[in-house]
Amino acid sequence: MRENLHRFFRAARGAGVRVSPAESIDAMRAVAQVGFADRDILRDTFLLTLAKTQDEKRALGECFDLFFSQPEPQQDSAEQNKTDDDNSESGANPPADEHGDAAGDAANENLGPLAQMLLSQDRSAISTAIANASGAASLPDIRYFTQRGIFQTRILDAMGIQRLRDDIDEQTTRNPALAERLQEALNGLRGTVRDAVSQALLLYGREEAENLRNEILRNAPLARIEPRQVEQMRALIRQIARRLRERYSKPRKRQRRGHLDVRRTLRRNAAWGGVPFLTAWKRKHRDRPKIIALCDVSGSVARVSDFFLLLIHSLHEVVDDVRSFAFSGHLIEVSDILESNSPEEAMKEIMSKVGFGSSDYGNSFADFEDNWMSAITPQTTVIVLGDARSNNLDPRADILRRIGERSKRLVWLNPEGRMVWGFGDSEMPRYATFCTVVRQCATAQQLERAVSDIVATYQ
Amino acid sequence: MLVADTRPTASIEAVESGLAAQGYIASRQIATAVYLSQQIEKPILVEGPAGVGKTELAKAIAAWRGMKMIRLQCYEGLDEAKALYEWKYAKQLLYTQILKDKLGEVLGGAQSLAAALDQLHTFGDVFFSKEFVEPRPLLQALEQPAGCVLLIDEIDKSDAEFESLLLEILSDFQVTIPELGTVSAVAPPTVILTSNSERDLGDALKRRCLHLHIGFPEQKLEERIVESRVPGISQTLRKQMVGFIHEIRSLDLKKLPSVSEAIDWARVLVLLQASELDTEIVKDTLNVLLKYEADIEAATPQISSFIAKASRQGVFS
Repeated sequence: MRENLHRFFRAARGAGVRVSPAESIDAMRAVAQVGFADRDILRDTFLLTLAKTQDEKRALGECFDLFFSQPEPQQDSAEQNKTDDDNSESGANPPADEHGDAAGDAANENLGPLAQMLLSQDRSAISTAIANASGAASLPDIRYFTQRGIFQTRILDAMGIQRLRDDIDEQTTRNPALAERLQEALNGLRGTVRDAVSQALLLYGREEAENLRNEILRNAPLARIEPRQVEQMRALIRQIARRLRERYSKPRKRQRRGHLDVRRTLRRNAAWGGVPFLTAWKRKHRDRPKIIALCDVSGSVARVSDFFLLLIHSLHEVVDDVRSFAFSGHLIEVSDILESNSPEEAMKEIMSKVGFGSSDYGNSFADFEDNWMSAITPQTTVIVLGDARSNNLDPRADILRRIGERSKRLVWLNPEGRMVWGFGDSEMPRYATFCTVVRQCATAQQLERAVSDIVATYQ
Repeated sequence: MLVADTRPTASIEAVESGLAAQGYIASRQIATAVYLSQQIEKPILVEGPAGVGKTELAKAIAAWRGMKMIRLQCYEGLDEAKALYEWKYAKQLLYTQILKDKLGEVLGGAQSLAAALDQLHTFGDVFFSKEFVEPRPLLQALEQPAGCVLLIDEIDKSDAEFESLLLEILSDFQVTIPELGTVSAVAPPTVILTSNSERDLGDALKRRCLHLHIGFPEQKLEERIVESRVPGISQTLRKQMVGFIHEIRSLDLKKLPSVSEAIDWARVLVLLQASELDTEIVKDTLNVLLKYEADIEAATPQISSFIAKASRQGVFS
């Protein structure tokens, strides 16, 4: 039974319920108390110990029903043989009578057990046999959809498909009608096994497959995402944004009491000769986050800036005071566009206004200095997202220096690899001297870390 | 004097009947959760809409097992000093003032500053001892010799930092006070946490608890709840009103009526000596059930058809 429990935990993980070892221990302790007898109580017990949200409870409930509706593989091989024998005895005869084939009983007795079982059309026997063969082929170990073929072959082998093929070959000459029926039954069996494997994949494989895909995506260079992956990537970025939001969007109005302020306490109580009737407390000071984001949306980084904008959009939900700007040849403020539209619409609008041009960092910085320099306060973090390729125009690093001096921090996120910084028209080394932090930001994972760091400094 | 029964309960049925004796009709899920929490000594985190009996559950457990209930109401800004313990600073300072002369006596014999300091060190921890600790609900709960039910109400209203503070208590039933050391529970309390899901709770907290979701009860269960809470109500009226409430819950309202509103409404109907539902009486008392003007407006046109449906159901069951 313990083995069965572990298989169930694995299935639960597959269904998206995070079951940590500690939780599985709790569940096992709980199950030891309530026992297996009452399936409803067992179900409740799992829902209580394993699932931590309503969604997880629903997923786990479905998983439980699916899991316990499957016939259990029988461990005892003697038992298995016996049931097979039973089936061949009880099952093989009736159809022979029914059809009254020319082949008759005598021909059927030469067939292998699998052929006999198929001819008997006993569905429960067949599904038991599939369950047993699945156990022998350790089907619960299936993880990825690429393994489907292997497991189908293994299960069919375990069921004795080789003997069936021989039977069919042999019967083709002696009894073509029977051979045809067997061939049809074999095709049917293949279909059933395929379904069983798919169901097992659904039960055991989902999480791994999804994790693998997300893992690959997280580390893939944003600039080289293929069109078919863009939607997945967007979903991943949204997931990252949601995680950031959960972690950092808390009410910031609370004011927490700090330690006893001895100096103020003594002063307040001076009237009573220093006998402290009133206490005074230090207040904890917390900066309100202020972020200004400058995002390059020129042709050279267009692919990446799509994702940058998506993340800035989510930043608007996490932090109260964010102002965003987009530029290629010149710079405009896009805060309103991002706040009042869905991410997709906002990005379309921004791209149509300033996107896809050739970038001119100098000119864009000058635009910023002329119109919005006063927005920067000593509490502001300025983030520049771009590859710092200014098409050999004047980079105006002096403006960046002034931005850096006015702000709390100046962070530059560059989607290009460090190797190429400074080569060609890249002005990165010149800009980097004035930045507090410079990070490479080519993959979703790097993007998440960078933004998470920025928000965390205010918490 | 309450006599606490700290022995674990024998079965899920025993929990059900024990709670029922206190007027709390528990679904099997709830009873299983309470049973398991005692068997494997884990807190229960109860989530669900307002008014379905999350807080009542804690009260019922306390009443049933004859234990004291200690309640910690959470709110934004709740911190260690208000939840766990606090040093009685004023008392400490006051004592130093009063004992000023004593200090002179103690240190009088010392020849040098170093010697005086040594003398002082021997009295070092006097002011950070148990006498100067003000226990707040959490520490009080650990100090109950006969055990207790600790209700941490609306944990979702507190800050995320406060959760971390709870972790030690929830997993090991102990707290560490830096100056005094670790205080372990005399008898592990039965801990119930409630949440309206206003904010997502941390994984660490959830992992330490059994997670129970109480939703709106099924019709039969709700009838039993009303029956146990409002004994004077006739069977027909009870069936009709519960049926009616279930119809109301299918509407898209700002705040759906929950069990507590159902009980209030039943009391009102009994008070008005209604024998069965009719449009007039429902219209007059709808404000007991629905708490927003917009909701009442949305429900009013449906009243007659809902009453008809509810009575039809009553005939067949």
